[in-house]
Amino acid sequence: MLEVLQYEFMRNALMASVLVSIACGVVGTYVVVKRIVFISGGIAHAAFGGIGLGYLLGISPILTAIPFSLMSAVAIGVLGHRERISEDTSIGILWAMGMALGIIFIGLAPGYAPDLMSYLFGNILTVPVTDLYMMLALDIVIVGTVAVFYQDFLAISFDEDFATVSGAPSQALYLLLLCLVALSVVVLIRVVGVILVVALLTMPAAISRQFTSRLDRLMALSVLVGMVLTVTGLWLSYVLDLASGATIVMVLGTAFLLTSSLYRPSTA
Amino acid sequence: MVEEKVIVRLDGVDVSFGGNPVLDGVTLDIHENDYMAILGPNGGGKSTLLKVILGLIPPDAGKVEVFDTSPEEGRRRIGYLPQYARFDLEFPISVNEVVLMGRYRGPFSGYTALDHQKVTEALETVEMSEYGDRQIGALSGGQLQRVLLARALAREPELLLLDEPMASIDPDMQRSFYELMAELRDRMAVVMVTHDIGVMSEEVVEIACLNRKLFHHGGAEGGAEALEEAYACPIQLIGHGHPHRVLRRHE
Repeated sequence: MLEVLQYEFMRNALMASVLVSIACGVVGTYVVVKRIVFISGGIAHAAFGGIGLGYLLGISPILTAIPFSLMSAVAIGVLGHRERISEDTSIGILWAMGMALGIIFIGLAPGYAPDLMSYLFGNILTVPVTDLYMMLALDIVIVGTVAVFYQDFLAISFDEDFATVSGAPSQALYLLLLCLVALSVVVLIRVVGVILVVALLTMPAAISRQFTSRLDRLMALSVLVGMVLTVTGLWLSYVLDLASGATIVMVLGTAFLLTSSLYRPSTA
Repeated sequence: MVEEKVIVRLDGVDVSFGGNPVLDGVTLDIHENDYMAILGPNGGGKSTLLKVILGLIPPDAGKVEVFDTSPEEGRRRIGYLPQYARFDLEFPISVNEVVLMGRYRGPFSGYTALDHQKVTEALETVEMSEYGDRQIGALSGGQLQRVLLARALAREPELLLLDEPMASIDPDMQRSFYELMAELRDRMAVVMVTHDIGVMSEEVVEIACLNRKLFHHGGAEGGAEALEEAYACPIQLIGHGHPHRVLRRHE
């Protein structure tokens, strides 16, 4: 088993699993308790427009995905709070428009897109070192922001009206939280692809939630659970020669189904 | 009678959602030391009225003044108990953390030792001190209601706004809730909205009836006709047989 570590691509894949688990554990906790799973899915798919733009401009698609997913996060947040447009409608529109833009950009780009599939479905085995550094930087931004705004995010997640009355700039905080989701999406795209991102943002937190009833512990446990299960998925995909992103998602999903059926949570 | 200070003033407030009027020309004064009940049927605009006072819903027309300033400024002096049914009981949060939010002031301000002391005091006031470490899902409806009240009290408010405080709690708990209110009203004005007039306390001093329009505002005894108008059914049917009657018997 350990001899696979002599391959650089395998060491990179392990690093990527760890970096991804930090982003998913921390941000995924909010995604699950604030019930913004569908919004996160929308942001992830809209980010595909950014990937297409990268192909068109001839630069790293991950770089162009950052501003693109941030903008779609803000757009979904702002549109969804309008009285006339329901939130799931605005999600659906941006979800589809982001994907459509991505397809148009890729169509306009010269030549054809060789590793397009890896952005759609992820491929942890081809993550280059430069992307690892970027994922590390994004993790630092995410964890740092949550450390500063922990109480504020807790307040708006639990009771937005009360937080607003108490002096929280709720709309700004909510948009900031969606921006963190957008950054996590970018971290995750390399590993599981835009289509499966939502799995990593929800499942580690959904599994951990059954074992703790404190938000900070939930984050820590989600990070740990994410690390163990993504590495397990990575190893299984190597041994069984399966697609890595999909295998990781299946491992997470199976773990969730097992824990939620075998374990009756105590509310204490 | 001494003229009491007006702390909340609504003048001709209109609110509509998607073209449907929810509040229509509502004019209402709340004084310091008031103990007021706002009654009305479901969908009559009661929660909306509270949210207008709290600056959460801007009115389409009319004026709102809270502590002689805008709702956005004045609401810091209000303690708010939202409707119980809105809460996610699975939320991973403890009783202490919930009450601590009553001391929240905004980003970058953190919590001080004084804040934690106020949390302890508020939990003592509602007799929930032993439950500080519980997750909120492990509480009964009445217990959670007390915790949410403690959160509002931790702000040391001058006005307490209660949205359907009696929903989802059993009669024993309701009685002790009213005893608590009777103590609190020495320290702050109390305004509660409810659709269930059977559970109103006899000690409520002021009554307003709200069904899109505000039908009556004044002493508890004069309210019978207004209630009939707001509910469009005879008052005897509404109040009959309940241990806590809103209105004293007509002479």
